[in-house]
Amino acid sequence: MAEETEEIVKKFMHVMRRAPHGSIYTYEGLEMILIMAAFEQDITVVFVDDGVYSLVKKQETDGIGIKGFANTYRALDGYDVEKLYVDKTSMEERGLTEDDFIVDVEVKTSEEIGKLMQEQDVIVPH
Amino acid sequence: MLHTINHSPFRSTSLETSLRFILPGDPVLFMEDGVYAVTAGGKYKAAIEKLAQTNPVYALGPDLKARGIAAVVANVKEVDYDGFVELTEEHLVNSWL
Repeated sequence: MAEETEEIVKKFMHVMRRAPHGSIYTYEGLEMILIMAAFEQDITVVFVDDGVYSLVKKQETDGIGIKGFANTYRALDGYDVEKLYVDKTSMEERGLTEDDFIVDVEVKTSEEIGKLMQEQDVIVPH
Repeated sequence: MLHTINHSPFRSTSLETSLRFILPGDPVLFMEDGVYAVTAGGKYKAAIEKLAQTNPVYALGPDLKARGIAAVVANVKEVDYDGFVELTEEHLVNSWL
């Protein structure tokens, strides 16, 4: 049983499309990513639309009474989740650059990300 | 890859954004409030017509009927729930929630 489980590795792409604090989706999504990573799945995370806002540095959430989770993105590297892609158009529309993000990401065009979507076994929207 | 869009384009970026990522040939299914995108006289008519030139475009019939939508953009095919299930069997699903 344990041996069989170890061999099942699927390609999951998590699509983060919401801003970090207006809903629980992004935080829950990040938790799901960490759990899947613990099971050594092949994970890609893409940040699209307001999802790019969750990566912004220096989010100080004390004043709104919640624990910020942006720092948790730094932990992904330790779980070998290294394929973090930001949609170029979404980033530029929001006046952001790569330097604004809390972790190293690769900026890709929508078309490039669209092609990566085709290669997945599962797409998980958040 | 089957792309599903279930939010009204008038209050969600799902349609506008998904159009950047959808590759030619991918089927696109509008459902729930997403079907407002394919109304014949609506704001998104041109965008849907353009999409239908390169991709199969579907709208879920029961959702159209429930919303009183009688006329849809040309080349948008109506599917019932069985058709929806067949599409999901044939393709990896990408839900633009």
